[in-house]
Amino acid sequence: MSAARWRRAMNGSAAAARGGRGSGVVPVPSLPRGAGAAAPAPAVAWWRRALSAIRLRHLLVLVFVVGYPFVATPFFTFQIGAQSLALGLIALSLTFLGGYGGMVSLAQMTVAGFAAYMLAIFGSSSNLAISLGWPWWLALVVAVALATVVAAGIGWLSVRTEGIYTIMITLAVGVAFFYLAQQNYTVFNGFQGFSRIGPPTVFGLDFGQPMPFYFLVLACALAGYFFVKHLIRAPFGIALQGIRDNPRRMQALGFDVTAHRVAAYAVAGFLAAVGGVLMVWYNGRISPGTVGVGAMINILIIAVLGGMKHPIGAFVGAIVFVLLQNFAIDLVDRERFNLVIGGVFLAIVLFSPDGLLGLWQGLRHRLGASFTPRGRGRIHR
Amino acid sequence: MSRGKRLFGRSILACAALIAMGGLAQAQETLKIGLLASLEGPFAAPGQDGMRGADLALKEKNGMAGGKKIEFVKVSSDATPDKAVNSTRKAVEQDKVQIMIGPLSGDEGIAVKNYAKTQPNITFINGSSGAQAATLGDPAPNFYRFNTEGAQWMVGLGEHALSKGYKKTFLIAEDYGFPYSQVQGFMASYCAKGGKVVDKAWVPLGTKDYASVIAKIPKDVDALVVVLGGSDAVNFLTQYEQAGGDKPMVGGSITVDQTVLNFKGKRRESLLGTASAGPMADSIDTPEWKKFVADYKANFKDGFPSPSLFAYLYYINTKAALDGLDAVKGDLSNGQKAYREALQKTNFKGPAGDVKIDANRNGVGTTYITEVTKAPDGSFYNKVVKSVPNITQTLGLPEAEFKKMGLGTRDVPDCRT
Repeated sequence: MSAARWRRAMNGSAAAARGGRGSGVVPVPSLPRGAGAAAPAPAVAWWRRALSAIRLRHLLVLVFVVGYPFVATPFFTFQIGAQSLALGLIALSLTFLGGYGGMVSLAQMTVAGFAAYMLAIFGSSSNLAISLGWPWWLALVVAVALATVVAAGIGWLSVRTEGIYTIMITLAVGVAFFYLAQQNYTVFNGFQGFSRIGPPTVFGLDFGQPMPFYFLVLACALAGYFFVKHLIRAPFGIALQGIRDNPRRMQALGFDVTAHRVAAYAVAGFLAAVGGVLMVWYNGRISPGTVGVGAMINILIIAVLGGMKHPIGAFVGAIVFVLLQNFAIDLVDRERFNLVIGGVFLAIVLFSPDGLLGLWQGLRHRLGASFTPRGRGRIHR
Repeated sequence: MSRGKRLFGRSILACAALIAMGGLAQAQETLKIGLLASLEGPFAAPGQDGMRGADLALKEKNGMAGGKKIEFVKVSSDATPDKAVNSTRKAVEQDKVQIMIGPLSGDEGIAVKNYAKTQPNITFINGSSGAQAATLGDPAPNFYRFNTEGAQWMVGLGEHALSKGYKKTFLIAEDYGFPYSQVQGFMASYCAKGGKVVDKAWVPLGTKDYASVIAKIPKDVDALVVVLGGSDAVNFLTQYEQAGGDKPMVGGSITVDQTVLNFKGKRRESLLGTASAGPMADSIDTPEWKKFVADYKANFKDGFPSPSLFAYLYYINTKAALDGLDAVKGDLSNGQKAYREALQKTNFKGPAGDVKIDANRNGVGTTYITEVTKAPDGSFYNKVVKSVPNITQTLGLPEAEFKKMGLGTRDVPDCRT
């Protein structure tokens, strides 16, 4: 450190000495001018880089998601659109953790459910004896913060394990929370849980209405998506992917593997918590059934269905999942509709181990487009 | 690779064909009625039987009501309130049904009732949900329940237990809404007439190990009140027998059903004489009931030997909905005003007693007190010993007195001393 400073000091004095010699080639006033010109240059370059990454398909998707509620019925806006995006946000946390951290956690729904429970307990609900009735924004902040802490705790517990054992330990945590919520009456209100947990009305805008709620969820989903996109290219994300691929080498390079993994759990927990809050606002209620084993596995299904190699997979998977859940019953015999859901999942995973994204990539390949080797649109291998 | 490609193409083709078939089925002009029951999860079998009950009611009218062809839009839940509301919303907002029948279980009923408030132009009719709060306290003006609920089903059982000499009892029940209601229905009259429930053991739904509960049963009680269902009841009875227990029992509406009566064990003999109560019983001796059972058996070869509670409840609710349509000749205009007036006036003789509703749109009906009896062929069945007609939702108490007691919970009512 001192050596570097010394070298810089030496260079500076050398330049001054050169200037002082009266050649005038490197005038001193040019330094502030150069700094002034350099300041906008990275910003412009950043914008240019960001804009050059935007393809036609990105614009199409953006136009579609923004215009969607104006052409769709309230049912499609609320139950299909908003629900898909909220579930997608929870699945995104698993995609981040599994796809970039190499840790498949089944407890993401548990974290989301925990945030939902905390919102009901600190905020207002039909159960006046337990709910503390804090203003919604305060309850929201506390709920998301606590859920993030709990997620970090789950991570701290499960980073000691790898592969299938991580799945098992997070499953155990999730099931334990399910039974805790079902059997504890003083805090979690047991089997019945909490109801009448509505989204707030802000400046006269009632977020309980389908369209405002859709845009609220869309904003959160887009923010979460770009947050993950940014994070995986930031030093933390790169290090995380390094740890995923070769933890021992990363450790030898001086990275704290455990800290990075726990931090990844916390980040994923934050995303899941936001998704959980949106989910409880969507349902208007929370009870142990919402965080049961079926719900936990549904998140895994969504993530795998969409593909875990790119953040968009979580949302694609969620849309397909919600559409199937709602409309499979119209396709076949009422008593057998779960067969369609299972069959489609099986077909997708069979034809494309990378989920729908892999299918899309394969289709592009087949149509002659070369595999995008670089840029932000590629699927990270 | 090429084989994979062919398979891929074929599956796409199959999907397209399925979608096309779905589109064709929707092309007919009819009056749509939504029908929600649990076809997944723990209540899948009861849900299926509930749908049979609804189908039977429609079949009796040859698929017509109010001069229109009726088409059921069937949707499913997995017994969670979230799924029930999602499915109901799909039927109402996407499939545009005018009348919605369902759901099956208690907490689902409360959730659907809350949703009903946001859809004032649609009429909601209960399926078999039996939670008190769906119509008491904060009712929705467009939610109708033609069946009686969990607490009503137990009215009269308290007096019957006292008449058998059970003055002190110990309670074992599952820890959620439906047993709370059942226990309140039992205790309201039992405690008022001098009975004592010395202690209550609330066990989580799906409990496997009852050792700690059995150890807690005092020696000096006269009987046990057991409000458990399905496998929980079988597990408890087996373990109580192994622990050498010999107290007589009083059961809830779903405690001593066919699954429990058919369990094998020495304890089975001691089930003889177990009293329970419910809105129907297999052995009701009226022509209406016998016709209902015969119709059920004739129509559903894959059904149960005798219609279940859920088939019966869905049947009467669907029948009330269709009769109402007949009464107004299918006129659902003006926010369904005329139709709702017709529903309010519903009064018909159902398979197990009169079907009518009170001002909160909750059923007022008959409860059957039964005792386990041995049939000549050696099988066990529930024999009707008494029927109590016209039970209101306030359990026969004046409304003010009932409100003072409040809805049933873990601690309400309390009659230890």
